[in-house]
Amino acid sequence: MTTMTASPHFVASPGLWTLAWRRMRRDHVGMVSLLIVAAFILMMIASGSGFLARDWSKEVGANYAPPTFVGADASGQSVIIPATEAGEGDVVESNVSDPIASELAELRPKPKGAVAGAGPSEGAVVDPLADIMAEIKGKGGTEAVKEQRAATLPFGADKWGRDVLQKVIKGSETSIFVGLAAALVATLLGTVFGAFSGYYGKWVDDFFNWFYSVFTSIPYLLLILAIAAVLQQKGLTTIILILGLTGWTGIYRLIRAEYLKHKSREYVQAADAIGASGNRRMFVHILPNVSHVILVQMSLHVVQFIKAEVILSFLGFGVPVDVVSWGSMLNEAQNELILGKWWQLVVAGTAMAVLVTAFSMLTDSLRDALDPKLK
Amino acid sequence: MSAYIIRRVWQMVPTLLGVVLLIFFLFNWIGGDPAYVLAGKISNPEQIENIRRQLGVDQPYWKQLLIFLQQILTGDFGASWSTNEKVSQIFLTRLGPSLTVLVPILVLETLIAIVIALGVAYVRGSLTDRLVMVACTVGMSISLLVYIIVGQYVFAYKLGWFPVQGWGESVSENLFVYAALPVLLGLLVGIAPNTRLYRTFILDEINQDYVRTARAKGVSENRTMLVHVLRNALIPIITNVMAYLPGLLVGAFLLERFFSIPGIGREVILAVERSDFPVIKAVTIYVAMATMVINLLADLMYKAVDPRVVLK
Repeated sequence: MTTMTASPHFVASPGLWTLAWRRMRRDHVGMVSLLIVAAFILMMIASGSGFLARDWSKEVGANYAPPTFVGADASGQSVIIPATEAGEGDVVESNVSDPIASELAELRPKPKGAVAGAGPSEGAVVDPLADIMAEIKGKGGTEAVKEQRAATLPFGADKWGRDVLQKVIKGSETSIFVGLAAALVATLLGTVFGAFSGYYGKWVDDFFNWFYSVFTSIPYLLLILAIAAVLQQKGLTTIILILGLTGWTGIYRLIRAEYLKHKSREYVQAADAIGASGNRRMFVHILPNVSHVILVQMSLHVVQFIKAEVILSFLGFGVPVDVVSWGSMLNEAQNELILGKWWQLVVAGTAMAVLVTAFSMLTDSLRDALDPKLK
Repeated sequence: MSAYIIRRVWQMVPTLLGVVLLIFFLFNWIGGDPAYVLAGKISNPEQIENIRRQLGVDQPYWKQLLIFLQQILTGDFGASWSTNEKVSQIFLTRLGPSLTVLVPILVLETLIAIVIALGVAYVRGSLTDRLVMVACTVGMSISLLVYIIVGQYVFAYKLGWFPVQGWGESVSENLFVYAALPVLLGLLVGIAPNTRLYRTFILDEINQDYVRTARAKGVSENRTMLVHVLRNALIPIITNVMAYLPGLLVGAFLLERFFSIPGIGREVILAVERSDFPVIKAVTIYVAMATMVINLLADLMYKAVDPRVVLK
């Protein structure tokens, strides 16, 4: 509407991105997806900079505290389950909370008994223990134990009583960051290789094609696993590099085809005529004309890499143990489900599904907006 | 035809050589000294020296590469570092279980996806079409892991319809008892994306002139869809199925791990966990070879499906 009021004579004809943005704005599904993806990325930044989920590792709830909306039911269930399944449910539960609960349970009554019973004289006999007890009582007793752990949390708690909602936010930080960074690496490699290959042709093309066929003849995940086996050290940088270094092939193929198409176009010949260098022609003249392909591909690869990271982390070859990601959450959730604690699985699975759906639909909309000929 | 095949096989040589170099570079160069991995924590220098001599890593790189090439040509990759089983033996015994799961998934998935895609493409734009597409999109967005975790829990633990995991002796028992749930879950995961894709392939064909011509001369709708449209849509479908084969291996990694199926995927994961380099090397080389052969087969199948395709 605003464009109508402006005098058309003075308006330069809108460029590719302006047109694409206009088409995008009309696409409601695309805009909603864009908002969702933007929200996830904001969440990632907020979590990364410490505004959100800073103390995700704090044990704020009871072990396996159920979500609030099933709170009453679940507390009833936890009574019913041991009854129906005999002692088994009970045993499993105490087994799970073993490392903390049993120690604390043992530790708590003792100092009380020692202090109340006889005081310092007997306390001196059990001196080494009592000291630790007192310390534990002073620190943990007031904070970890006395701080009443919530019986229910909005989205439940995990094995250690950590808030699943906070955990999933922290996990999405890892997963989305890995996805974005790996996509950036892969896109960069694919674009540069594809540009050189398509633009120069001849032996350069042969070489990169050979490189491409070598990488594509090894299935993606097998190659990733092989590299993971060799590298031994886990870390975010490692996994980003693994995914990025193995994932450039699809982008390379497309960019190469685009450069083949573009290099004989008139505007490139014109650039040649005014004496632009090869690099300048490739990256200043042609690159903006294929940038829509790059953007769509990058968006596609983010989704692919997020999925790959989740699978890798699930298998234990991804992020380190002390880093939480959607994959490591699903890994924990696998064992929890057998105990009937479904919330971590549902929350992590849903968060991932929402982002992946939104990102895929955003990619579709981007493609439609950037390439209206394609229908 | 045979000249074409020979030339294609000949062209595989440089690619395979590249794969060999890549694997060699990874394992013998970046991977560092395998003797430390092997000797573990109780390493004394003498032991390490011994292992190095046995593995041939005390030789210069070009000699190591020659040893690796020799291993590939003879198919003898030595023994696994962790179980001491011969690698070729591991490969042979694990292939059967993998195929028992993979072949039914591949065949059923392709057939079911084609049937659904033909159906929804025929009624394109209708409510059914849109509902199926939305279901596919939602289905695709859920992680493969969630399907397997929930599927195993619901169908095996809770309902007890299938064994939770395991593997038997006889082929029929494996196929119908132990492989049933993995295959079902594999289908659940694979049908959605394939249906979406095949629908677009079929839609590309359904608006072509030859379809209108066929209808105009009074060909029945069934024949139009199944003979005229499907046959033309088969080329991209074959490409997709073939491109999908190595990807199936990915699904197999997880399925085999969850259901304790003694297949190649599980073996790879175990090998990565144990840093069992000979097994990983052998699997990578073999699978790369298989991928190349599959690509050749795909090209040959184009010719069979579409006589217009010229192999050159």
